[in-house]
Amino acid sequence: MGHLKELTKGFIKENPVLVLLLGTCPTLAVSTMAKNGLGMGVAATLVLLGSNIVISLLKKVIPDKVRIPCYIVIIAGFVTIVQFLVKAYAPSIDSALGIYLPLIVVNCIILGRAEMFASKRGVLDSALDGLGMGIGFTIALLLIGSIREILGAGTWFGLRLLPESVSPIAMIGLPPGGFLIFGLAVALANWVSKGKILKNKSAGCAGCPSSGACSGDCEGKGENA
Amino acid sequence: MNQLIIILFSAILVNNVVLNQFLGICPFLGVSKKLDSSFGMSVAVTFVLLIATAVTWPIYTFILEPSGFKYMQTVVFILVIAALVQLVEIILKRYLPALHRSLGVYLPLITTNCAVLGVTIQNIDKGYSFLQSLVYALGIGLGFMLAMVLFSGVRQRIESADIPQFFKGMPSVLIAASLVSLSFMGFSGVVEGIFG
Repeated sequence: MGHLKELTKGFIKENPVLVLLLGTCPTLAVSTMAKNGLGMGVAATLVLLGSNIVISLLKKVIPDKVRIPCYIVIIAGFVTIVQFLVKAYAPSIDSALGIYLPLIVVNCIILGRAEMFASKRGVLDSALDGLGMGIGFTIALLLIGSIREILGAGTWFGLRLLPESVSPIAMIGLPPGGFLIFGLAVALANWVSKGKILKNKSAGCAGCPSSGACSGDCEGKGENA
Repeated sequence: MNQLIIILFSAILVNNVVLNQFLGICPFLGVSKKLDSSFGMSVAVTFVLLIATAVTWPIYTFILEPSGFKYMQTVVFILVIAALVQLVEIILKRYLPALHRSLGVYLPLITTNCAVLGVTIQNIDKGYSFLQSLVYALGIGLGFMLAMVLFSGVRQRIESADIPQFFKGMPSVLIAASLVSLSFMGFSGVVEGIFG
């Protein structure tokens, strides 16, 4: 049962996007449609699972001083594999995600989990943690993507939900809508958890591997303390 | 020449890196609390963007492409950027300590800034020449600066505003960013209209 908790904590309680506020760039960029959100989520989950397992296996081999570059190389390797898979089997997703697919390399969720979890724990726990966080990321992307697609285009996974006569709110599908819906989703998560996110000091930049460098300037430390 | 001006201004205003392309959101939300730190961060990002473009473009065009290792793009680019940021930090520390004191704190953060990797990949995807790539990188850097400086002003107003409990912190900042982004949408088509 102890192992199961590592898997399920990423779904809601420590959801990487809505609670820990990591990986905001891809969340905002690819959530214009539910399908893209799902594609991005699955791609990131595969990378997260692979990198967590490999980093956990290599944690005794990698010298502490050069660990961040090592993690980045491992993650970049998995991202290249996933890029190939997506290009071969889902070319429409590849063109929709565009530049954000290679940018999974610098997604804070993946480096953050490597630094905070996989570099300290066993292989099984790390694999479950990676899978759980990836599923949490996918849930958040799917949620925001669905809201934006339904309101912004009147469709869901390409199926028409709103009748043609109801004109959709085009702005929701454009960049400003991304910020707006994401802001409202975080506020909703805040409300559901009765303000726990506000009190949770590990939120925001703390999960970012370079958090030491920005010394309190970060959102997570400054705003929520 | 005309084309370079269009690339520069559309990178600053129309395809603004933060507000339109969602690259570099972390520093945009994290470091934009004070005007001087947001300015310092943007100068550091612009600097790294220019150097990274100047190094990755020749590597891709003259080494990866002819030798058929195109698929190593992601791995090579992120390694080059990480090494470059370290190198810049060491050089600044040794030869320009004053500049290092003001920019040094931001440099480690930039390695994992998606704007840098994003722009170097975009330069290749868009098929820009070396000069066009540098101009594009400069435009992205200046656009980042514009968004950061403008938004730090907005942030200071939010700090003193009375907002509902659940919107405090991140949600209110995101919604403010949405409004700033909406105002930037007004620029679409303007640049081509003036210079085109």
